[in-house]
Amino acid sequence: MSAGDWLTGSDAAFDRRRKLKGAVFAGACGAATLVGVVSLGVLLVDVIIDGIASLDWRFVTALPSRFPERAGIKVALAGSVWILVLTALISFPLSVAAAIYLEEYANRGWVSKTIQTNIANLAGVPSIVYGILGLALFVRGLGLGRSVLSGALTLSLLIMPVIIIAAQEAIRAVPPTIREAAYGLGATRWQVVSRQVLPMALPGILTGTILALSRAVGETAPLIMVGAVGFIAFTPEGPMSPFTVLPLQIYQWVSRPQDEFRAIAAAGIIVLLLLLLSMNAVAIVLRNRYSSKT
Amino acid sequence: MSTTYGITIGSDGPALEVRDVNVHYGSKQAIDGVSLTVPKKKVVALIGPSGCGKSTLLRCFNRMNDLVPSARVDGLIEFRGHDLYAPDVDPVEVRRRIGMVFQKPNPFPKSIYENVAFGPKINGFRGDLDELVETSLRQAALWDEVSDRLGDSAYALSGGQQQRLCIARTLAVKPELVLMDEPASALDPIATQKIEELIYELKEQYTIVIVTHNMQQAARISDYTAFLYMGKLIEYGPTDTIFTNPREERTEAYVTGRFG
Ligand SMILES: Nc1ncnc2c1ncn2[C@@H]1O[C@H](COP(=O)(O)OP(=O)(O)O)[C@@H](O)[C@H]1O
Ligand SMILES: [Mg+2]
Repeated sequence: MSAGDWLTGSDAAFDRRRKLKGAVFAGACGAATLVGVVSLGVLLVDVIIDGIASLDWRFVTALPSRFPERAGIKVALAGSVWILVLTALISFPLSVAAAIYLEEYANRGWVSKTIQTNIANLAGVPSIVYGILGLALFVRGLGLGRSVLSGALTLSLLIMPVIIIAAQEAIRAVPPTIREAAYGLGATRWQVVSRQVLPMALPGILTGTILALSRAVGETAPLIMVGAVGFIAFTPEGPMSPFTVLPLQIYQWVSRPQDEFRAIAAAGIIVLLLLLLSMNAVAIVLRNRYSSKT
Repeated sequence: MSTTYGITIGSDGPALEVRDVNVHYGSKQAIDGVSLTVPKKKVVALIGPSGCGKSTLLRCFNRMNDLVPSARVDGLIEFRGHDLYAPDVDPVEVRRRIGMVFQKPNPFPKSIYENVAFGPKINGFRGDLDELVETSLRQAALWDEVSDRLGDSAYALSGGQQQRLCIARTLAVKPELVLMDEPASALDPIATQKIEELIYELKEQYTIVIVTHNMQQAARISDYTAFLYMGKLIEYGPTDTIFTNPREERTEAYVTGRFG
């Protein structure tokens, strides 16, 4: 027996078989990844080819029009930004407060378990259901009408479960030893939460919030329910103004018979994608900034 | 002055008086009828095999067990003559007066300075914070190593330095009693020695109760030693008696390394 025997393995056939299995599995996973990446790539390229010609500053700043060469995205973009900002202002503080309560204050009894399960379930409810709720509750019940505010409240309900769960996970990821250290120095619960737990959990909470908000920006169905319409002549002036949003505007253009509208719809998609990508970039920057700091 | 079982209590009373303390986690009993007296400005070591309840007992002394929902403490624990578990006692105040150093160094993800300043700040300290930070770091024998980089992250320190930082952080709120739960168990021998020297100096000013699983360490640093076994206090007395001439067979077996 030579000294190198143990390096090559004693059963060559067995060895070849298990290596083959490994290679096949790696190949299958790679192929699965490719399906996603390639189809997304094709879609992007197609949209860019269709839309890039119509995408210029005039397009971004022009009001809508019956004539495709004069139509612009300004009103829908402003509507989306209004919705985005209001939704963030409403959903972020409520969700963070709920997550803090569930993680740091609530007893782990059946009440909090029930709430927990329901939050997880709410995250899976189809968005159109939130639209119906928003219509009944905000548009009619509270009399807020078909306003930006109704839309933002509805989308807040939609994304709050997602933000709450993300925030809970971020809070749970703060090591218990940090809490012990702070309590051990005579900190009150509020001091522990506000000075140690929240600062440490914040990057995770913000990342979750931004990702949830990106979802809100892409939503169409619930906003149609609460009265966003495809054609609005002016940008919203306040929370009670009527509004439209990017995806709805895009849909409206795509469904026109003229080909020219299809081109500006593609340009609209590019604007929407840029908005989403920049939000995701912010999330990544936040995550990296904080995780490298400690 | 009074002496019982070799425990000498000064005329100003003990630091801690523990009577018939039981601790349950849910239905499981972790501490069973423990009574002991901790004299002022001494080092008391709690020894015993893993899982015998050393940490549990220690955490009763600053009401840290309040944070464990399933834990239930009964019996009497008096700190300078006051029942720590009386209804009008605020556990937050208890923890300020009775500091704790944990098994694994657990500095906050902040600067060295902010770690030490955190306790005084949350307790409404009015005064020269810089000076307090320096004094505390000096007391913890860390000042010379960090004085030129107080703004650096505490995570940049070595494990031993982090643990001394945690001690400095505890001292900064000026506790009267310091509890240490195996403070050197995660450290290398040299860092361990530094912590031991530090404890030796600290007992000039502080009463210290320290949990350790290291027999030699208990013998080196403590004045009194309590041996716990399966939640019960088997024997408590002067450290040299416990190690050289214990009354109980089980104590002898444990300190000579025959079990545990
Ligand atoms: N939070 C807890 N919940 C339930 N049981 C616990 C908890 N902490 C400790 N125990 C149990 O109490 C006993 C004593 O534990 P501990 O005080 O940590 O022992 P030691 O510090 O001596 O190793 C062990 O049996 C342990 O499993
Ligand atoms: Mg322990």
